[in-house]
Amino acid sequence: MATQNTKTLARLMMAPSVLLLLIWMIVPLAMTLWFSFQNYNLLDPSNVSFTGLFNYEFFYTDPAFFQSIWNTLVIVGGVLLITVIGGIAIALLLDQPIFGQGIVRILIISPFFVMPPVAALVWKNMIMNPSYGVFADISRFFGLRPVDWFAQYPLFSIVVIVAWQWLPFATLILLTALQSLDGEQKEAAEMDGANFLNRFVYLVLPHLARSITVVILIQTIFLLGVYAEILVTTNGGPGYASTNLAFLIYRTALLGYDVGGASAGGIIAVVLANIVAFFLMRAVGKNLDR
Amino acid sequence: MGSITLQKVSKVFGEAKVIPSIDLEITDGEFVVFVGPSGCGKSTLLRLIAGLEDVSGGHILIDGKDVTQSAPAERGLAMVFQSYALYPHMSVRNNIAFPLKMAKMEKSAIDKKVTDAARVLNLTDYLERRPSQLSGGQRQRVAIGRAIVREPSAFLFDEPLSNLDAALRGTMRLEISDLHHQLKTTMVYVTHDQVEAMTMADKIVVLNRGNIEQVGSPLDLYRSPRNLFVAGFIGSPHMNFVDGAYAQSKNAKTAGIRPEHLNLSKDSGIWRGTVKVAEHLGADTFLHLDVEGIGQITARCDGEFGAYHGDTVYMTPDEAKLHRFDDKGLALKA
Amino acid sequence: MARNVTTKHKITATVAAWIVALIIFFPILYTIITSIKTEPEAIAGFSLWPSGTFENYITVQTQRDYLKPFMNSVILSVGSTILALIIAIPSAWAMAFSPTKRTKDILMWMLSTKMMPAVAVLVPIYLLFRDFGLLDSRIGLTVMLTLINLPIVVWMLYTYFREIPGEILEAARMDGAGLWQEIVYVLTPMAVPGIASTLLLNIILAWNESFWTIRLSTTNAAPLTAFIASFSSPQGLFWAKLSAASTMAIAPILILGWFSQKQLVRGLTFGAVK
Repeated sequence: MATQNTKTLARLMMAPSVLLLLIWMIVPLAMTLWFSFQNYNLLDPSNVSFTGLFNYEFFYTDPAFFQSIWNTLVIVGGVLLITVIGGIAIALLLDQPIFGQGIVRILIISPFFVMPPVAALVWKNMIMNPSYGVFADISRFFGLRPVDWFAQYPLFSIVVIVAWQWLPFATLILLTALQSLDGEQKEAAEMDGANFLNRFVYLVLPHLARSITVVILIQTIFLLGVYAEILVTTNGGPGYASTNLAFLIYRTALLGYDVGGASAGGIIAVVLANIVAFFLMRAVGKNLDR
Repeated sequence: MGSITLQKVSKVFGEAKVIPSIDLEITDGEFVVFVGPSGCGKSTLLRLIAGLEDVSGGHILIDGKDVTQSAPAERGLAMVFQSYALYPHMSVRNNIAFPLKMAKMEKSAIDKKVTDAARVLNLTDYLERRPSQLSGGQRQRVAIGRAIVREPSAFLFDEPLSNLDAALRGTMRLEISDLHHQLKTTMVYVTHDQVEAMTMADKIVVLNRGNIEQVGSPLDLYRSPRNLFVAGFIGSPHMNFVDGAYAQSKNAKTAGIRPEHLNLSKDSGIWRGTVKVAEHLGADTFLHLDVEGIGQITARCDGEFGAYHGDTVYMTPDEAKLHRFDDKGLALKA
Repeated sequence: MARNVTTKHKITATVAAWIVALIIFFPILYTIITSIKTEPEAIAGFSLWPSGTFENYITVQTQRDYLKPFMNSVILSVGSTILALIIAIPSAWAMAFSPTKRTKDILMWMLSTKMMPAVAVLVPIYLLFRDFGLLDSRIGLTVMLTLINLPIVVWMLYTYFREIPGEILEAARMDGAGLWQEIVYVLTPMAVPGIASTLLLNIILAWNESFWTIRLSTTNAAPLTAFIASFSSPQGLFWAKLSAASTMAIAPILILGWFSQKQLVRGLTFGAVK
C-alpha cells in the first residue's frame, strides 16, 4: 500500500520536467517538419502553399548544401582529431608528478569557460589578424610574410579556434579517467617488464577507451552546431568556404527569409544528429547498468 | 516485551520467490541469529520484519499484534545496518538523538538518554564528531547507540560486523552479547558467519534458499544437525562427508564426521592418510589429508601432535559422534 | 622504483606542462594584458608590458553601457538555472529514490532531447517567439535556457542523488521519520552539495550559451554573448576596448569554472566519467 503511494507520488514529481521536455521536443520539431513541406517566405507571409518535397530538392541541388555538409564534417573531424590526440598527450603529461599542478590545471581548463563569441573575437583580432595579430608578429620575426588566415584558410582557422575551446574538455575528462587507473595495475605491469610504450598501448589506452568514446560523441553533438565562432569571424565566407550546415540554415532562414528551405535543412540536421546520438546513447546507457 | 511471530510469511520479487513460506516464533528476550549463505533470504526476512519491504503473503505479529501493514517506525523496532547508515552531516550526538527528536521527546530527556548511551558505548569523548572522523568500530557503536536510545521492543542487526577487521569483530561480538545480557531485549541478528551465529545466539535459524533448514540452540545444531546442509554449514572446520563402502557399513548413504571427532595416531587406525597441508594454529592443528579409499579428510588434532606435509597419519572416527544421512540428505536417528 | 620519482623526471615534466599550459592560456592572458594597453599600444606589435591603463574598462561602460548586458547575463543564467532546478529536483529525486523499470528509458529520452540540433528548430522557435512577443525579452530567453539545460540538470542531480545510500533513508524510516522529516533532516542536507555543483555548472553553461541568446535578443535582453558578438562588425582601432569588454565578460565565469572542474566532468559526460 505504502509502495503504491510512493509510485503515484514519484510520477507526480516527474510530470513537470517530462511534460516540458515533451512539448519542447515535439512542438518545434513538428512545426519544422510541417514548414519543410511548405513554400513559406517571411517577406511574403500571406502566400504560403504546400510544395511537397520541393524544399528538400532545392536544398539538395544547392551546391552550397554539399559544401556546407563537407565543411561540417571537416570541422567535426578536425577538431576531434586535435582535441583527442592533444587531450591524451596533455592528460598523460599532467598525470606526472609536477610542481604547481593545481595552477597548470586551471590554466589548461580555462579556454572552456570562455564564451564562444569572445574566443572567436580574441583569435580573430589578437592572434590571427594579418597585420596586428601575434601570428603575424611571429611571421615577421622570422622574416616571413604574414598569413591572412581568415581569407586564405577560413575553415582551418575556425577549426583551430573551436579546437582551442574544446581541448580543455577532452584533457580534463581523459585526465580524470587516467587518474582512476589503478596504481597497482601499473605497478604490476612494471613488474611484468612492460616499458612506458607497452603500458600505454596495453594498459592505458584500453582503460581510456570508453572516456575517449564519450569525449568524441559529446563533442560531436556540440561541434555539429558550431555557430557563434563562424558568425563573428568569417560570417560563413569567403563565399560558402566556411559555412557549415548550421550556419547555412541560419542564412537561409534569417537572411534569406526562406522558412521552408531552412526547415528542410533543419530536418536534415536532425537526421545527422540522430545518427550520432544513437551511438552516444548506447555508450552512456551502458554506464547506467553498472 | 518483544516477541515476534511470523505466519506463512512469503516474499516474491517479480518472478523470483525469495522466501516461499516461513513460520517462526521468536520469544521475548531471545537472541536469534539468522544464518545462511549469501542469497538465502536472511536479509530479506529481516527487512520484512523491519517493515522495509512489504510481505507478499502471510502475517507478522509483534507482541501478538498484527503489524503486517504498519510502517517501519510504528513497529517499535530498531535496526543496525551493515553500512551503519549514520547520517554523515550530523554529529554523533545528533545521530543518536535523531530517533528521539522524531519521537518529539523533550530536549532535556534526549540529552540524558544520549549521555547515558554514550557512556555505555564508550562514545562520550566523541559526541561532537562527525561519523567520517570515527573508526569503523566507533561508527558501529554509534549505530548501536542510535538503536538503544529508542528502547525498542527488539533490535534488528543486518550483518553489522562484516565491515570490520577480524580483531575488532571479535571485540564487537563480545560487546553485543554483553549488551544483550544488560538489556535483555529481543535481538534478531543476520549473518553469513557461522562463528558469529554459534558464539552469540540463544537460537539459530539456518536458512537456505528462502527456507528454514533448522531452528535450535547452537549446541543442538552442532550435535544433531537435521540434514546435510546444516551439518556442513555449522562447525568449523566443516564436517567431513564420506560416501561409499564406509557409509554403507553404517547403514547410511552418507556418513558425517567432524574433524574434531577423529582419533589420530601415528601407527594404527582404520584409515590411513597422507598429510597434504598442516595448518598449525598453536593450540590446535588442522590436517588436510588424502585418505586411501575415502578421499579428502580434514582432521583437528592437538597442537603438539606434530604432523607435517608428507607424513602418514592413521585415524579412527569416534563412532558415538558419527552422523548418518539417508539418500535425501536427512539425518538418520541413531 | 617508479614511485620514487627522480627530481630530474619531475623537473622535466614540470617544464613541459608549464609550457603547454601557458600556450593554451596565452590567448586569455594576452586579452587581459591588451585590455590595460592604450589603443595605439594594442596594435603596435607584440608586447607583454602594457602601460597599465584602466581607461578601456571605463570607456566600455560609458560608451557601450556594459553593465546592462552584464546584468542580463546574470539574470538569464541564474534565473534559468534556478527555474531548471525547481523543475528538475523533484523528478531527479523520484527517479533516484523510487526507480521503476522505465526510469532508465526516461533518462535516456531526456538526454536525447539535448541531441536535437538547435538550428533545426530555429525557424519555429523564432516564429513562436515573434508571435508571442518574446523576442528580445528576458522571460523568453530564460525559458529557452531553462529548457535546453533541463536534461543536464536532471541528469546531474540524478547521479548525485543516486549516491545517497538507500540504507540511510531506511534508517531514518526506522527511526520514525515521516516523509517530510526524511526530506528536511536527512535528504536535503545530504543533497545540498550535489545541488550546489549542479547550480554552478549550469550557470556556466547558461552564461556561455551563444546560439539562442544571440538569435533571440537584440538590445533589451541581450546578454554578454550577444553584446560581444556585436563587436564583430566594425573593424579597426578598438582592440583594447574589445579586450576590456571580453575580460569582463569571461572573468566571473572563469573564476566559477575553476571551482567546478570536478563537477564539470561529471555533468558534461552525464555521469559516464567521474
